[in-house]
Amino acid sequence: MSTRTHARTVVITAALMLGLAACAPAPTQPASQPAASQSPGAPGQVSGTITVFAAASLKATFTQLASDFEAKNPGTKVTLSFAGSSDLVTQITQGAPADVFASADTKNMTKLADAKLLDGAAKNFATNVLEIAVPPSNPASIASFADLARPGVKVVVCASQVPCGAAADTVEKAAGVTLAPVSEESSVTDVLGKVTSGEADAGLVYVTDVKGAGDKVMGIPFDESGKAVNTYPIATVGSSRNKELAAAFIAMVTGADGQKTLSAAGFGAS
Amino acid sequence: MKQDRNGGYGGVPRWIYVLAAAGGLFVVLPLAAMVVKVNWAHFIPLITSEASLQALGLSLRTSAASTVLCIVLGIPLALVLARGSFPGQRFLRSLVLLPLVLPPVVGGIALLYTFGRQGLLGRTLEVAGLQIAFSTTAVILAQTFVALPFLVVSLEGALRTAGNRYEAVAATLGAGPTTVLRRVTLPLVLPGLASGAVLSFARSLGEFGATLTFAGSLQGVTRTLPLEIYLQRETDADAAVALSLVLVAVAVAVVALAYRSPRAAQRAPAPSGARTTTAAAAGGAVR
Amino acid sequence: MTFSVQAAVAGRGFDVSLALGEAETVAVMGANGAGKSTLLNVIAGLLYPDSGTAELDGRTLFDLTAGRGRWTAPHRRGTALLAQEPLLFPHLSVLENVAFGPRSAGASKQAARETALRWLGEVEATELQSRRPAELSGGQAQRVAVARALAADPGLLLLDEPMAALDIQAAPLLRRLLKRVLAGRRAIIITHDVLDALMLADRVVILEDGRISEEGPTREVLQRPRSRFAAGLAGLNFVAGHITEHGLQAGGLNLYGHHDAAAPLPTGQPGVAVFPPSAVSVFPSEAHGSPRNSFAVTITDLEPRGDGIRVRAGEAGQLSADITPAASVDLGLAPGMQVYFVIKAGAVAIYPG
Repeated sequence: MSTRTHARTVVITAALMLGLAACAPAPTQPASQPAASQSPGAPGQVSGTITVFAAASLKATFTQLASDFEAKNPGTKVTLSFAGSSDLVTQITQGAPADVFASADTKNMTKLADAKLLDGAAKNFATNVLEIAVPPSNPASIASFADLARPGVKVVVCASQVPCGAAADTVEKAAGVTLAPVSEESSVTDVLGKVTSGEADAGLVYVTDVKGAGDKVMGIPFDESGKAVNTYPIATVGSSRNKELAAAFIAMVTGADGQKTLSAAGFGAS
Repeated sequence: MKQDRNGGYGGVPRWIYVLAAAGGLFVVLPLAAMVVKVNWAHFIPLITSEASLQALGLSLRTSAASTVLCIVLGIPLALVLARGSFPGQRFLRSLVLLPLVLPPVVGGIALLYTFGRQGLLGRTLEVAGLQIAFSTTAVILAQTFVALPFLVVSLEGALRTAGNRYEAVAATLGAGPTTVLRRVTLPLVLPGLASGAVLSFARSLGEFGATLTFAGSLQGVTRTLPLEIYLQRETDADAAVALSLVLVAVAVAVVALAYRSPRAAQRAPAPSGARTTTAAAAGGAVR
Repeated sequence: MTFSVQAAVAGRGFDVSLALGEAETVAVMGANGAGKSTLLNVIAGLLYPDSGTAELDGRTLFDLTAGRGRWTAPHRRGTALLAQEPLLFPHLSVLENVAFGPRSAGASKQAARETALRWLGEVEATELQSRRPAELSGGQAQRVAVARALAADPGLLLLDEPMAALDIQAAPLLRRLLKRVLAGRRAIIITHDVLDALMLADRVVILEDGRISEEGPTREVLQRPRSRFAAGLAGLNFVAGHITEHGLQAGGLNLYGHHDAAAPLPTGQPGVAVFPPSAVSVFPSEAHGSPRNSFAVTITDLEPRGDGIRVRAGEAGQLSADITPAASVDLGLAPGMQVYFVIKAGAVAIYPG
């Protein structure tokens, strides 16, 4: 009996420690408040700190958007955390301190909505379509989606379980072409990596990935990509301690400034 | 203070047991937490799906192959490191052990630039008609890369503990170096070699980062069990947990095998006299 | 058909030259670190000397004289080594252990087995043939090791203190066995035990600091030792100095004794004086009377010796006297005490060093 009590103490202690770790960013909030109070009463004035969980494909644009946001709203601080959308959902479900969640697909956002972990409805803010990425020399002379099915062409795609793979499946069906990929990666980054290293002759990635890779890969757009348009939703997380600031950030992403930055990175309007 | 069951003095302070228990819990608790999470109702269908079975089969086959490769390459390396004496020996040892401390993904990148299509050897191999990229061979290479140090460390330790006195005697009895190696050295360090091989197998079985980076992920060809778990996690947490449990079970079996056999060998009739020290020392490294 | 070796290992201050006849057994004796094992290892090919040559029955074992670098690998030398510990291969049975040499020499399984059985019979260990080394006693294992070494048919058998690790019951048995199998065989045996040298060897070689300090037929060396080490083995007091008309002068010490030679020895030459501890008496003060040797010494140690007490005295306790316990009590002897050692001149043998 005493051992059981002891074990419970251990578990509770561990839980408390985890809880403390999770709350760690909180103390910084009052510290940044004085900065905001310098111009009290200004309309739409926001302050404090928020943490934004965003899909890995948003890394470049959201880093830009966050610094723009901080510049326009002195006294605010936006902390960013990037990972695969499903990883982020798992983290938020397990109590990670997120204020805003930006997903690379609607499916993962729905998971959070179903779990009642969102504050209000999600807003779509961008779309992304697939593109063929080939090494700059285009060794297999790929010109169309159908070329990917040619024998001997080493093509790499995402596995069906991840959003980019689901999109690839849809495109395949729409084009009536069956691919025989040499590898089905679990992230679009891995697909891109296989193309930039020259291991693969071609890979199916997002337009934004091709743009982000600069001259390391060449992008080949194809018509069928329009059959699988990936929509990016964004929402405030229910457990947020600064919903006002979260809302302001979302407003910026969905507003004209945000859309301009997203469009420059290759994202489509939602 | 409690005495050892045989009446010997243990010499371990009591508070050490508390910390040791915490250490044990730290390892066991996460495993237990995972077991609790298993969806037992669907456990069998989850682990017997075609994708799961193919991944498990592939993992076992590639791990066995890489273990053989580790033995073939590791025995000479361990012998040279333990018995040889040449300039740069310490440096070579550090290099061989590097994969132990290297993040596997770094190993994967290194292999990519060696055996990949654009790699150092890959281009030559491709001309020779050998394509390693995206093949099961790539998986085996990645596993061997990360598992080789385990065999070398284990065997080198056994060789050093065994010393070379038996070998010297064998030589004066007229046995040439190859005969000595085959009939004396290897049989003497067999327990060390066996445990090294088992550890290599276990490390191969768990290999993830280097495989993902270097070999890709295709069902039945390059998608081993760890990669399958990683992928399943995206959509089906239950399947990921069930497969994780399978991997844990295999790993537990393998480790149990590795640490049981030398001790069983030790239970052989205790020798007496001066020979005991050398015989015990020979088996010492593997305990 | 001989064996000869001359080798130097600079790092160990080792420089030894030695030759053995057809069926000669030589005992090598010396203090720890004198270079005994170095000698065996050089001969067996386990240690590479800086210079020297060695030859066995017309074959060159090594020849490292200037410009040449011939080196025969250990397994081609025919110099089987029997160490202090039996070192039987633990994974092989007794029979397989003994058959190891013949098998390595290319004998068929059957032939090797027959040879092994013959040698097991020779060392009276036939009944142990299917055992594992771990199932043998120390004495049994060493007997099997002897059989294994002999089964390899070595041109020269090297024995490195084969009795040292055995318990007191097993040693005499193995000594008798070695006496039998070494008869008519060429062997070098390292030993600390004067009994081994007497029983097993035709000749004894004394190594001191990597060099041979004395060698000769065993009996002669023990009777007329010319080195402190050999005198110690024979249990004799030993003083080195210069010969005088009536004895020997060593530093400030004048010893009277008899010239142990056919004719009187020329004076001034290097010589040694040897006398047994039993011939030394101990007095608390200087004794008179002539011709007698009497000199002051400081006791360093007292130790039991048989029925009596051995009194060690002198700078490093290099002189000893054997007295009765009663005498020791009467004199109240203790280390650090100054006493007089008195030796009858007739008990002191003087001969050239």
